[in-house]
Amino acid sequence: MKLDSKIPEGPLAEKWTKHKFNLKLVNPANKRKYDVIVVGTGLAGASAAASLAELGYNVKAFCFQDSPRRAHSIAAQGGVNAAKNYQNDGDSVYRLFYDTIKGGDYRAREGNVYRLAEVSVNIIDQCVAQGVPFAREYGGLLANRSFGGAQVSRTFYARGQTGQQLLLGAYSALNRQIANGKVKMYTRSEMLDVVVVDGKARGIITRDLITGKVDSHSAHIVLLCTGGYSNVFFLSTSAKGCNATAIWRAHKKGAFFGNPCFTQIHPTCIPVSGDHQSKLTLMSESLRNDGRVWVPKKAMPGLKSKDAANIPEADRDYFLERKYPAFGNLVPRDVASRNAKQMCDEGRGVGSGLAVFLDFTDAIKRLGEDNIRAKYGNLFDMYAQITGENPYKGPMMIYPAVHYTMGGLWVDYNLQTTIPGLYALGECNFSDHGANRLGASALMQGLADGYFVIPYTVGDYLATIGWTDKIETDHPAFKEAMDGVNERVNKLLSIKGKKTVDEFHRELGLTMWEYCGMARNEAGLKKAKKIIQDLKAEFWTNVNVIGTSNELNQELEKAGRVADFIELGELMVDDALARSESCGGHFREESQTPEGEALRNDDLFAFASAWEYKGDGQPEVLNKEELKFENVKLTQRSYK
Amino acid sequence: MKITLKIWRQKNKESKGGFKTYDHSHVSPDMSFLEMLDVLNTELIKKNEEPVHFDHDCREGICGMCSLYINGRPHGPLQTTACQLHMRSFKDGETITIEPWRANAFPVIKDLVVDRTSFERIQQAGGYVSVNTGGVPDANAIPISKKIADEAMDAAACIGCGACVAACKNASAMLFVSAKVSQFALLPQGKPERQERVEKMVAQMDAEGFGACTNTGACEAECPKGISITNIARMNREYFAASISSYEVQTKGGD
Repeated sequence: MKLDSKIPEGPLAEKWTKHKFNLKLVNPANKRKYDVIVVGTGLAGASAAASLAELGYNVKAFCFQDSPRRAHSIAAQGGVNAAKNYQNDGDSVYRLFYDTIKGGDYRAREGNVYRLAEVSVNIIDQCVAQGVPFAREYGGLLANRSFGGAQVSRTFYARGQTGQQLLLGAYSALNRQIANGKVKMYTRSEMLDVVVVDGKARGIITRDLITGKVDSHSAHIVLLCTGGYSNVFFLSTSAKGCNATAIWRAHKKGAFFGNPCFTQIHPTCIPVSGDHQSKLTLMSESLRNDGRVWVPKKAMPGLKSKDAANIPEADRDYFLERKYPAFGNLVPRDVASRNAKQMCDEGRGVGSGLAVFLDFTDAIKRLGEDNIRAKYGNLFDMYAQITGENPYKGPMMIYPAVHYTMGGLWVDYNLQTTIPGLYALGECNFSDHGANRLGASALMQGLADGYFVIPYTVGDYLATIGWTDKIETDHPAFKEAMDGVNERVNKLLSIKGKKTVDEFHRELGLTMWEYCGMARNEAGLKKAKKIIQDLKAEFWTNVNVIGTSNELNQELEKAGRVADFIELGELMVDDALARSESCGGHFREESQTPEGEALRNDDLFAFASAWEYKGDGQPEVLNKEELKFENVKLTQRSYK
Repeated sequence: MKITLKIWRQKNKESKGGFKTYDHSHVSPDMSFLEMLDVLNTELIKKNEEPVHFDHDCREGICGMCSLYINGRPHGPLQTTACQLHMRSFKDGETITIEPWRANAFPVIKDLVVDRTSFERIQQAGGYVSVNTGGVPDANAIPISKKIADEAMDAAACIGCGACVAACKNASAMLFVSAKVSQFALLPQGKPERQERVEKMVAQMDAEGFGACTNTGACEAECPKGISITNIARMNREYFAASISSYEVQTKGGD
């Protein structure tokens, strides 16, 4: 299939403006004749649902939690980027675009990324108007901080809870529309399939998580805003409920999957403490503004935080500052993670051996403990809570953990998937971050898609099909899809095997982390593929799901999600195998520079992969969208 | 560590629940409280018994989903969420009692899972600034003093977990409602609708069956985010101001 990215012609800076003019409009009086389904109510979903309802469309929104405010966007800490240049430090839309393209190691589309940088400024205005309490200077104007991969201060923040405040802003806009009757909100509802008729998305099948009732909903368009799939790794910084089921169901119905192997491993997470570990906790990247990362020059196994102060300066290796003097501790996430792994591989890790120090001693000396508390207090508290150690007294211990997935459903410039009428927004699409996302850019993308892109682009599709082009839920396709969902639920409950869902999930996670994590190679990936295939076969014959389908059954919910994670895990491995270059977070050991940095191969791999599902047990087909770079020059990424 | 758990088990909203006792011997002090329950559930499934249902999601203390009443206190002995509580806070051999939030406005769905949609309806009643997407002024066109912005942020930090309600002997939601009312009452963006907002949110709170506030301060003491009861005082002032001026506002559009 020929992939059409629909990037508008013309100069980079004019593409979006021109495109907006060329898109068809739906007349205000006709908007109420269109129905829109929004799945997921994080930053992308809540902002899209609210904005479309404000325009007059009828929206049905769904989330699996008990409230839209629980969506995992809430946990984003550090901030949101915007090219406001309020600091007069040389920022511009073009610089944000350039940093993002370069940060993504030249594996994202120029057109999309430029648009993202362009609308970033509107996001801040919108959020402030909603009453989001961003940090401010004494003069009353907005404050900024710096983040990795940038040499300007363009990150807006609300203490260490920026995601929470932005989500509550979008949630308040959504609530206003629920009160207006323009959004019908379904909480504790999980989407289990998308209904496609004659090649167009026509609705979804959901399961009410309290009653177990399987239901169908039809609409003119369906927007998936369901977040990332880091939980394939079992241990990640994602919430326990984050899952890939909605996008995986859509993929199996014909939506291509873009760059599935592009995973972000975040350098500053709290290390694993034992086998019982259920999730990992991130310490915001903003800490790297003041924290210095180091390990001892010579291996000192079991070195504890409380003894760190005894190590003289001369015996410490501040490896990021040493190797990357220009960016120092603020190198992008993939670079920082890989270097931490390298130190631990050399045996110079501290604590359990899988950790490095993040040290605030100098910053506390320079700024005082009170200042550090004001800036990062909640993060320090969280660290103390989890580890039982006081980070004001000794350095934090950190280690990389899976944090974000740059891959997701392939979408064109309009955010439409390869199924007409089906859109993907925010982390669940593949569009803007290439092979590595810069800090504070996820919040930016989720809100850009929901507030400022989708309200324009869906109009074009809706005006083209017309409001009469809708299929109701009495159509046989809905019944067929519902039967399929019921059958799968009953199958999961009937196996009654010996292993718990979590045991399968942990096994999958360990395999993915070992072979498809921070470093990947051909032999390991091939091995992983075999392990995952065996795991899938075992899952469907030996999983034990207790309870029934017509009640709240959290094991059943998990089982369906893990079944999908297993299949997606295999596709991630396929993609990592096919891309034998290194780029951004995807590090193939076979492809590195003499200094051990990721070595791209632009002749062979300057494309976005878009995988096509061909049926159960069939190999997926790799389609390639060639990436054209007309404005930036592809270079070896350097942060020295 | 070995502990004994007394856990509230309830099949569904209609059925009558009761405590069930479990001995749990695979506990490490580094486990979070929820991880301790994960391990218990794995053991129950292995015995083909139904696992304990409880709400949880982010497990980093910010989503507000977890809602366990532990040894008679919402979220347990520390002023944090249950997901951030670790077993090192308990003694070897201790008996730990776990219940759901108890309030008429939070009916039990199953085991330790409660229905908090009453909170949703209160937010829908007025917890927003009425602005549409687009067409808003430049962010720096609305200067806000750092002190006010910080105070608004203190209130906005509420995670909507409901611990305040669970802690209150009257099952009052005043702390939750006042946090949102305060955030917008402090900020210039919230000023145009401040009177309608407080009236509507309080009316909805009453309609949901939450109790009255008798200033015991239990909510503040148990709030995992340290939301202050100063917000309740502020909401009372807002409400009073609204009640003496709203007739004017409604009939003549104010002064």
